[in-house]
Amino acid sequence: MPTHKPAVLALEDGSVFHGLAFGADATVAGECVFNTSMTGYQEILTDPSYFGQIVTMTASQIGNYGITAADDEAAAPMCSGFVVRELSPIASNWRSQQTLPAYLEKHGIPGISDIDTRTLTKKLRVDGAMKCCLSTLPLTDEAAIERARSWEDIAGSDYVKDVTCQTPYLWGADDPARFNAPYQPVGTTLGILAERPQRFRVAAFDLGAKYTIFRKLIRHGFDVQVFPANASAAMIREYAPDGLFLSNGPGDPAALDYMHRTVMDLIPELPTFGICLGHQMLTHALGGSTFKLKFGHRGGNQPVKNLDTGKVSITAQNHGFATDPQSIEAGGGIVTEINLNDQTVEGLRHRELPVFSVQYHPEAAPGPNDADPLFQDFYNLIAQRLAGKV
Amino acid sequence: MPKRDDLSSILIIGAGPIVIGQACEFDYSGTQACKALKEEGYRVILVNSNPATIMTDPEFADVTYIEPLTVEFLEKIIARERPDALLPTLGGQTALNLSMELHQQGILEKYQVEMIGAKPEAIDKGEDRELFKQAMLKIGLDVARSRTVKSLAEAREAAEFIGSLPLIIRPSFTLGGSGGGIAYNQEEFEAIVANGLDLSPVHEVLIEECLLGWKEYEMEVMRDRKDQCVVICSIENFDPMGVHTGDSITVAPAMTLSDKEFQAMRDASFAVIREIGVETGGSNIQFSLDPQTGRQVVIEMNPRVSRSSALASKATGFPIAKIAAKLAVGYTLDELRNDITRLTPASFEPTIDYVVTKIPRFTFEKFEGSDDSLTSAMKSVGEAMAIGRTFKESMQKALRSLEVGARGFGGGGKWGADTPPDRAEIVAKLATPNAARVHYLRYGFLAGMTLDEIFELTKIDPWFLHQLHEIFTMEQDLKQLSLDTIDTGAFRRAKRFGFSDVQLAHLLGSDFDTVRAARKARGILTTYRLVDTCAAEFEAFTPYYYSSYGDENEVMPSTKQKIMILGGGPNRIGQGIEFDYCCVHASFALREAGYETVMVNSNPETVSTDYDTSDRLYFEPLTLEDVLEIYEQEKCDGVIVQFGGQTPLNLATDLKQRGVNIIGTSPESIDAAEDRKLFAAILHKLGLQQPANRTAMNEHDALAAAHEIGFPVLLRPSFVLGGRGMFIVYSEAEFKGVVRQAFDVMPDKPVLIDKFLEDAIELDVDCISDGTTAVIGGMLEHIEFAGVHSGDAGMVMPPHTLSAPMLQQVRDATHALARELNVIGLMNVQFAIKENELFLIEVNPRASRTIPFVAKAMGTPLAKLAARVMAGATLEELGFTREIVPNHWCVKESVFPFVRFPGATITLSPEMRSTGEVMGLDQDLGVAFAKAQAAAKPGLPTGGNVFLSVKDEDKPRAVDLARRLVRLGFKVFSTGGTAKILAENGVQATRLAKINEGRPTAVDMLKNNDIQLVINTPGGMIPRKDENTIRAAAYAHNVCLMTTVMGAFAAVKGIEALVGTEVGVTPIQDYVKNVRPL
Repeated sequence: MPTHKPAVLALEDGSVFHGLAFGADATVAGECVFNTSMTGYQEILTDPSYFGQIVTMTASQIGNYGITAADDEAAAPMCSGFVVRELSPIASNWRSQQTLPAYLEKHGIPGISDIDTRTLTKKLRVDGAMKCCLSTLPLTDEAAIERARSWEDIAGSDYVKDVTCQTPYLWGADDPARFNAPYQPVGTTLGILAERPQRFRVAAFDLGAKYTIFRKLIRHGFDVQVFPANASAAMIREYAPDGLFLSNGPGDPAALDYMHRTVMDLIPELPTFGICLGHQMLTHALGGSTFKLKFGHRGGNQPVKNLDTGKVSITAQNHGFATDPQSIEAGGGIVTEINLNDQTVEGLRHRELPVFSVQYHPEAAPGPNDADPLFQDFYNLIAQRLAGKV
Repeated sequence: MPKRDDLSSILIIGAGPIVIGQACEFDYSGTQACKALKEEGYRVILVNSNPATIMTDPEFADVTYIEPLTVEFLEKIIARERPDALLPTLGGQTALNLSMELHQQGILEKYQVEMIGAKPEAIDKGEDRELFKQAMLKIGLDVARSRTVKSLAEAREAAEFIGSLPLIIRPSFTLGGSGGGIAYNQEEFEAIVANGLDLSPVHEVLIEECLLGWKEYEMEVMRDRKDQCVVICSIENFDPMGVHTGDSITVAPAMTLSDKEFQAMRDASFAVIREIGVETGGSNIQFSLDPQTGRQVVIEMNPRVSRSSALASKATGFPIAKIAAKLAVGYTLDELRNDITRLTPASFEPTIDYVVTKIPRFTFEKFEGSDDSLTSAMKSVGEAMAIGRTFKESMQKALRSLEVGARGFGGGGKWGADTPPDRAEIVAKLATPNAARVHYLRYGFLAGMTLDEIFELTKIDPWFLHQLHEIFTMEQDLKQLSLDTIDTGAFRRAKRFGFSDVQLAHLLGSDFDTVRAARKARGILTTYRLVDTCAAEFEAFTPYYYSSYGDENEVMPSTKQKIMILGGGPNRIGQGIEFDYCCVHASFALREAGYETVMVNSNPETVSTDYDTSDRLYFEPLTLEDVLEIYEQEKCDGVIVQFGGQTPLNLATDLKQRGVNIIGTSPESIDAAEDRKLFAAILHKLGLQQPANRTAMNEHDALAAAHEIGFPVLLRPSFVLGGRGMFIVYSEAEFKGVVRQAFDVMPDKPVLIDKFLEDAIELDVDCISDGTTAVIGGMLEHIEFAGVHSGDAGMVMPPHTLSAPMLQQVRDATHALARELNVIGLMNVQFAIKENELFLIEVNPRASRTIPFVAKAMGTPLAKLAARVMAGATLEELGFTREIVPNHWCVKESVFPFVRFPGATITLSPEMRSTGEVMGLDQDLGVAFAKAQAAAKPGLPTGGNVFLSVKDEDKPRAVDLARRLVRLGFKVFSTGGTAKILAENGVQATRLAKINEGRPTAVDMLKNNDIQLVINTPGGMIPRKDENTIRAAAYAHNVCLMTTVMGAFAAVKGIEALVGTEVGVTPIQDYVKNVRPL
């Protein structure tokens, strides 16, 4: 049940929102961002890319269908705090195992409800993503503003070290529960893929990867060996993979020069696929650069146009940085996809090498599955490579 | 790729008259389509028989045919116009079915017309139940398990195959699905199957899995030529499976689906639209979800724009019909712009940061004897939609938007009582879906029922129940407080829960004005938010607002003069599209004249709630509080109340008292016309007469008044539209039977008793006045004698039987009334003429239902002129000072929903029951009448058998009727007294047995399709049951039915005109060239 305990959200510009507390008793600071997805709060909470961020949902009714372990994208929620217009006191869904506030409380994440999230969103749109402080403890407005201002900016920060795995492991080997197939309604067979005759070995850098990326790689015919961000090129070579995968993750892509070097080292040898931060790693590996967007793209309705086919996909997105299109040209990069809302880069490939990446999330979770065929493209690329065609 | 340039002209078929299931949402979609195609430079040819639509205004298409929507007439139009393409998906099921018939009969091929948007094969696959099922199974989607059987043994096998009881049994080819049912046990199963096999003409029944109680969803999907698909909106039904989605409370976006479930449904939706093969445009796909297992079942799809797509457009700001039209001519989604954000493309999916609730509106009270439970057959006549930041706010706003007396969820008013009815009643009302069920949920809470108990009875998702319970809890908390003891936080929270000031006044023991003033004094102010398609991610440029109680107000400032137009709210019988038409015209005219217009309405089906109709759109309830807030915040210069029907008129006095500037005729004049004494004085002064009349405040006085005047009398409540509670009574016994009902319609208001003029000719006159000059807009003579509500009566313009001196007398009387009432704007007068004497029946100084018809007939936009006049222009300045008379005949006919209300009495009376109207145009009156009949359906037969049975008073006229029908080659069948009088007069007629007096009866012949025309005039106020059975059978078997003798004469005249004539088609653009000033 929602409490009547007060909570406060303060922004670095001095604006303060008073609402009701839920989740854990805590004071946190982070970057305040908004997500426009109408469903999928659990996947958002557990997406490691939100590490260091306090997320507000623009959809006004949150928590309605509760929390289901099978929908987790990480072992625990990864964002710092959660902001909603209205929190559901109950969970109503046949799969639900607990309520949202109970879940956040268990994991020590504070939340604030009953604030005007549209006003907050408009502020972030107009003035850009801001540092903020969320507190469910007694805290004066002034102290909250000060706490927001003193938080170290996301730009220049390496958050990957906080969310990557510690040692390499084979995805699903010790935990079949996490190996589970994507959700499929009983009785519906649409979307079930036939088992592939040949499975490929992929070395996947976990920069804060969402589980569903690995679930989808498995489903599309890959065996996934997961590596920590600091794994060396030699360690990857030792595994002798058929392809290389670069995952999503949090923080400033420019701050990860160790990753840039490893990727630069490996792409001449391995067919490579990158998603989100992985796409930005490829950008840097090609000598390109990334820049911070005013308020980023976070939602499940972003139109992306493929410049080769002219077709538009509706995609799930969650990123605050983007690739500078000119910067990748010298290194052999070609822009393959753009966002139709603001024309920013959404995909690239190498002119000669079998290497490509997308800024958005083809694994969805949450969001549309329109770009699911990209996993198949990666599979085909490896198949062609092995057949000596590329 | 840009648009196609191999096409130059495109035919659009409209949806025809408003009927249940097909209302003004198709005017909204068709108007958008016409505009969208015209702006691309295509020549648009439009056909629609409904004159009350905006789309049939001459400027919306290049060529506009107000002609019957039948294959025969469409072929004539195609032959004449030779369109390159036909867009079949924007005129509802009517247009889709007609397009398929044109295809099947080879007419499209013959004239080389290409069907765009959806091909015939796709439509077939989407509409045919079996083809659709096979298509779904093929692509791996689940459907309700079913099997068709021809014997009891097969049925038992099928039951085994499908699984457990309950099972649904649907006999094949029975009318309205009669003979079917749900079997909960084996015994019931065998009985229903046996009965169904017997009733089915092909001895076949469908045994189907029962999904009652499952959750129901709709997805609004669009697809373009490049196979790009988007979901515009998801809609969740509050009422679980078992209630037609048109009759369900629905909520957008879906509230209880996880992302996993939502994406599975989205993927399935795209698979469906691709497999069915809808190439471009919108489709609506319905799903059902087992709340226990998540099993997802496809119910059906509509391969066209629909009522739900109109709702989705209004709910999200994404104009589905407009985009569908552009996609049909070759554009792709990414080539089109999102009008609201301007900078982003249409190839995205709207995301919303509010909750939308739609509640249907019913009128069971007009169809006495019909079953008022909600089933899989749609019965609602309109709907209200409301937007709030939360479900609670949106639900309460929707409940008060409905205008049925409820103020919201509790808080006094109708259904908002502080004590619950008895438990048995609550349980019964919860267990069987009905129009008031949502209010019985509150009564359940009030009676101490648990949410689990209520869930077991209703199967409404616990999330919704919990939300409503939160409102209920707050209501109970508020009741403990007063305006002095409530703290500002609780006050604000109550407003955020959607409580209106009227509800709060009830709960806090105060009154509306005091609560409102106290609220403002505490700084709790209404804030307006934008419907922007994108949850504030991008800047929005279209001022489409809803109210809420938040931190920020997004109303954009402006300095222009602003005029507010109050719409009509949800459609109901008596107040529908005609009034929306007037509001839209007011907005168009005032924008042209340089004003900024502010539209307020709560009806998602309308053109008035299209975001580009007015400068500012407020999707809000039409209550005093909601309207005042907008007026004050927008700082409007004036308000138009006379265009939206009774809804805004009922607010006029209250608004004026609070300082609102009502422009046009003053509320005092409007009231004077309703006030018996004032009105009698005015008539006396002008030397006009009205039938003897009295007013009564109680039943006793009413009866005394009736005796004083002498029977027959017309008994009616005051301040109502649509003849609610109106009766013609011939005796004291009849009077006593109905007088209570007349008082109940408007409690505390007087009831009016008028002398009823038998066999009088009725005349409707629409007039426009600027305060000095008054000009008649149109005179419409009723086809039926006085006693039939003018909304139901057939009408002819110009008058066809009245003499020139009599019409001059009418004209003079109308002008005098306009002057005396100081009318600024429109006025409607109803006259009766009996034995060449003129009586005044009623004056309404406001827009009437006939305004669009008159405007179409004479080619002058009366409502536009009236809006300008109200804003201060003179008729002289506007160049309209002389009455215009059409050179052709214009016939209005009405369509009735009797087939939806089995058991209801089928008769024309002073109580309006029609849902819509059609127009027949021709140079010949008989042909115009025949066209009106063809448009209203079924059309007049030109031969065959006629069943003739009339009440005693009509018997002398029946002889003439029968003679003329025999002359036309009809065979006459009759019963009892009518047969006798025909025989006595030497008219050859076959006598049939009366019902229950032998076989065959007229009903037997109707069932065998052996009767082509029924003339049956009901005797007495409460018609005999056997007569009604015959009329019901005529309706059920789609046989032309005349229930008045004057209607029958018009039919005969129509048939005479049809025989041996080649009926032509003419666009209205040609007709209006030939009108002349008087």
